[in-house]
Amino acid sequence: MLNSLFFILVFPGFLFVSFFGLVAEYVDRKIYARLQNRVGPPWFQTFADFIKLLGKEDIVPCEANARMFGLAPIFALSAVVTVFLYIPIWRYDAAFSFNGDIIMALYLLTIPTLAFFIGGWYSTSLFARLGSVRCVTQLFAYEVPLFMSILSAALLANSWSLRDIANFYSLRPAYCLFNLLGFAVSMVALLGKLEKAPFDIPEAETEIVAGAFTEYSGRLLALLRLAIDIEMVVGAALFVAVFFPFALALGAALGFIVFIIEVLAVVALLSLMRTVVARLRIDQMIDFCWKYLVPLALLQLLINLILKGVLV
Amino acid sequence: MHNSDKFNIPLGPQHPALKEPEGFSVALKGEKIMGMDIRLGYNHRGIEKACEERTYIQDLYLIERVCGICSHSHSTCFVQAVEEIAGVQVPKRALYIRTLIAELERVHSHLLWLGVAGHEIGFDTLLMYTWRDREIVMDILALLTGNRVNYGINTIGGVRRDISPKQIEEVYKGIKTLEERTRYYIEVATQETTIIKRLSGVGVLSREDALRLDAVGPTARASGVNRDVRRDDPYAAYAEIKFNVITDDHNDVYGRTVVRVKELMESYAIVKQCLKDLPEGPITVKVPRKIPAGEATSRYEAPRGEDLHYVKSNGTEKPERVKVRAPTLANIQAVKHMLKDRYLADMPIVIAAIDPCFSCTDRLVYLSHCEPPKGVKQSQKRDCFASLAMTSRFKNAKVMSWEALRTYSIEWHRVHGIDFSELNNTFRKRLEKR
Repeated sequence: MLNSLFFILVFPGFLFVSFFGLVAEYVDRKIYARLQNRVGPPWFQTFADFIKLLGKEDIVPCEANARMFGLAPIFALSAVVTVFLYIPIWRYDAAFSFNGDIIMALYLLTIPTLAFFIGGWYSTSLFARLGSVRCVTQLFAYEVPLFMSILSAALLANSWSLRDIANFYSLRPAYCLFNLLGFAVSMVALLGKLEKAPFDIPEAETEIVAGAFTEYSGRLLALLRLAIDIEMVVGAALFVAVFFPFALALGAALGFIVFIIEVLAVVALLSLMRTVVARLRIDQMIDFCWKYLVPLALLQLLINLILKGVLV
Repeated sequence: MHNSDKFNIPLGPQHPALKEPEGFSVALKGEKIMGMDIRLGYNHRGIEKACEERTYIQDLYLIERVCGICSHSHSTCFVQAVEEIAGVQVPKRALYIRTLIAELERVHSHLLWLGVAGHEIGFDTLLMYTWRDREIVMDILALLTGNRVNYGINTIGGVRRDISPKQIEEVYKGIKTLEERTRYYIEVATQETTIIKRLSGVGVLSREDALRLDAVGPTARASGVNRDVRRDDPYAAYAEIKFNVITDDHNDVYGRTVVRVKELMESYAIVKQCLKDLPEGPITVKVPRKIPAGEATSRYEAPRGEDLHYVKSNGTEKPERVKVRAPTLANIQAVKHMLKDRYLADMPIVIAAIDPCFSCTDRLVYLSHCEPPKGVKQSQKRDCFASLAMTSRFKNAKVMSWEALRTYSIEWHRVHGIDFSELNNTFRKRLEKR
């Protein structure tokens, strides 16, 4: 019981993953800035931002539904923190695990988007409503290729449990090469999930100010931003666990360090990707996802189905 | 927000897409723009009226502040009109220096635009890169004139600062770096997939519409209108300089981008020619403070298009009337046309594509007879005049003298709770004591 509480609240749960999320945001911002020939923020910037926002007043618009408006960030945050508990980080075991947890992890990663939708919708601002509609429209475009490419990796490992998938690939590192296409597809889809360029359409500031977050301020905004940061590391950690779980074979200390480096490398790749593109329009984004990402994900699925017949 | 319902969203007067206060009310159906209303006037500063109360030399500095980006354009345009009335022959060296600064200004304006355009389509990397390189030309301008923005180089009858051979070396060096970088930006802006996706086919303005709606500058040239004041009605040293007028027939935002980046290369060539052919001689002639009675109109190809100044003098040292028509006023009419049936996401870039400068544009026009031209439907009446002047709001408008305007303003502020009369009295007493 005490053990579980420690897992949930301290490590690898809430405290650790919040810290890691803020560090990852710093890495992302710093790399983004350096690639743009800027200096970038100092290392404590993300922490300072977070603490400052926590100290600010919460303003809830009169017309907003205060309960839904306040609950949305908490939903988003708790959903993403939960996912991290199921990801094996340095041992062959995750904090919690059951057969089918990969489905739950993907499901929980969808919750923040829905929470942003609800928060934006109930804040009744026009910009927020437009942003939240865009959030959900976008969701239907990137979820399908993301699910397909991650689940096709699970298919080859013949398990629905993250722990077993990670074990399977760490024992057969060469098999990871088969999933490179799926990894590429899910990286692009993750950009959509994290609402980063070229898919930062729901919060396109030159069009709809801050999208669904327009009316948020103070603690609630801090929680929302933390949820997005954690979503980023959890997404990256999920990819590492599914596509490159090499750290597991290296023992506790070294394995943990390698895992952190791998996650940050995925984050760095994400910032590189968002540096070199312009924002697409929502119709172009949906076209792109269904025309290119989904067929590629299907191809990955086909490859893995054939491989499964040949290899296993 | 039911799908079949139209709803209005306010873009401005305060909005992240706009760098200056400006009201766009957009009627949306889903993501589609069904109609929009433009409201100018948030930046009205009464510069024309203020010019009438100051001497020509003072006006020069005031006019320079019409625009923060194309300040040299406005001051040159004004100075040309005054010189024409006074019948002054400006020395050649001064004309070349004016041309040089004008082209450097075009470079800084177009680089700035490229960055803003990048930002509007969510490509902040382009913004950071172009603005970094814009610093080079800003430094050159500061070196030549002493200022980064409002150069203050013009004076009636010439320019105020000469250029030394050492400075010429520096300019050559800077231009060389800029040429290299610009070649790279041309490549990026015309080949990067996401940029093309966002620019191509967006904000279409056909040649006929460009002519009908009186578009000017790069906006018109991107629609295949071959029009450039520098060549058609040469001023300063342009008659002696060889350059190409860039046109493009894409008719869309992509075309406008191509025109601007290619114009950058032309500007570098003009700058180099100016430096090479810089004639020797004085840089200014003496002009009397009192300008003889007369009137003149002056045209100037600002980075954003044709700038037009009208000056009427009455023989004193103050002008009787100054009229400024900034290029944005000519182009803003076309924006509404360009946005027909487009998406909300296109709006920032389409507005940005005319390179709007709203503070330059805001003039108050009082139409005593607000009748639409023949053949225009009653329902379109408001559209006809909405962006020109908010006539309906000023039913009781009248022309005021300067003194009456001052009294009116003091009274207006007193009614709204701001009263300076006591402060004025204190100051008056203090002055009397001296």
